[in-house]
Amino acid sequence: MSENKCRYKLNKELAQMLKGGVIMDVTTPEQAKIAEAAGACAVMALERIPADIRAAGGVSRMSDPKMIKGIQEAVSIPVMAKCRIGHFVEAQVLEAIDIDYIDESEVLSPADDVYHIDKTKFKVPFVCGAKDLGEALRRINEGASMIRTKGEPGTGDIVQAVTHMRMMNSEIAKITAMREDELFQEAKVLQVPYELVLEVHKSGKLPVVNFAAGGVATPADAALMMQLGAEGVFVGSGIFKSGDPKKRAEAIVKAVTNYTDASLIASLSEDLGEAMVGINQQEIALLMAERGK
Amino acid sequence: MVIGVLAVQGAFVEHEQMLEKLKIPYVELRKKEDLLKKYDGLILPGGESTVQGKLLKELDMFEKLQKQIQDGMPVFATCAGLILLAEKIENDDRQYFKTLSVTVKRNAYGRQLGSFFTEQEFKGVGVVPMTFIRAPYIESVKEGVEILAKENGHIIAVREKNQIAVSFHPELDKDERIHKFFIEMVEVSKKL
Repeated sequence: MSENKCRYKLNKELAQMLKGGVIMDVTTPEQAKIAEAAGACAVMALERIPADIRAAGGVSRMSDPKMIKGIQEAVSIPVMAKCRIGHFVEAQVLEAIDIDYIDESEVLSPADDVYHIDKTKFKVPFVCGAKDLGEALRRINEGASMIRTKGEPGTGDIVQAVTHMRMMNSEIAKITAMREDELFQEAKVLQVPYELVLEVHKSGKLPVVNFAAGGVATPADAALMMQLGAEGVFVGSGIFKSGDPKKRAEAIVKAVTNYTDASLIASLSEDLGEAMVGINQQEIALLMAERGK
Repeated sequence: MVIGVLAVQGAFVEHEQMLEKLKIPYVELRKKEDLLKKYDGLILPGGESTVQGKLLKELDMFEKLQKQIQDGMPVFATCAGLILLAEKIENDDRQYFKTLSVTVKRNAYGRQLGSFFTEQEFKGVGVVPMTFIRAPYIESVKEGVEILAKENGHIIAVREKNQIAVSFHPELDKDERIHKFFIEMVEVSKKL
């Protein structure tokens, strides 16, 4: 196996180790420690959580490397960080500080409105957001080794994540049911290489791990996404924008493990304090999910 | 024979796929009631040991599983599973089952950029593929622990009585021999 291929396989495999887990947004070493103690399988280091990015407006960029290093020192679990869509120098910086995973994320202001980062040029793994199968396979073709739904970050509204997960599932089901000679046309429709379409046709799933993200606020939200086929969950603003972050984080972790056990989820949902206030999709001016296609 | 696969977090599906290939039935263990199921051997998969250890305790599974292992239930632990079994973790105050007389070092090869693939000799099995993901290695072993494999001088696979523990991920590669090695151990223990 070539070195590049081997590295890509190792990067997909790190995502496999995160399955069944919850990745939490944190902005300080203290929050990172709370997240790790609450059972996060990884943390996403960022300067402001999506809800605050929405409130503040303006341009949002990669976080201060010093802040990220502080979080790397504070916890033993994998540390991820976000760079702007298309901003390959921010990605180079994150690779230079030995980050475990880069999220080329629509939550930050895009740096390039045409091109995504050529992720095959990096040793470090990338996770990217997707609204549908075409986007997911385009990101994988560019070198992403993990996919997440885009959802609508910073809203506490699960509707977009549900829509994106259902869309991906139904498109995968459709490809699985196709005749092989129909896959060439489907590759054209999805604007992705035929080989990736063939792989989905044969395996009935995405070629990489697929998490849910964007709008998860409660244990029931997390379990909903797992029942819809997510292999794990990102929680951004949902935890540290709520009344009792530690308790809510612990409850979401347990709900992801036992996502079909309604009586357990019922008890986990008791007395969690205030959930993040949230905003409806209709009330927001900026749809982050529309960034980067 | 039935194998119980710990399924609270991590890459347990990959172990289940290995067992399917070997035509060995299995049950998933993700809550207390699952431990009442009948199984003859136990797999502790890779994932995050901090998450798995915490969930084992909070889902009230820890003591029963620890008792089963102490009483001789054959167990096969990979990566995070090795950390759960270890008597001591060199760079972490956390402790879990403490049934394996070794000291391990977590994330011993560094972060993801330190993850790697190699092929090495595994005692009693031959040369096997080995995938290391943010892996630990074993710093020292006590008497009674047999060393099964080393990589670059570091101990990466051991056996103590009915426990096999490795710091890499045999479930991620297509080679089934280490799983077979474990299944044979379970068969022997069933006959006793």
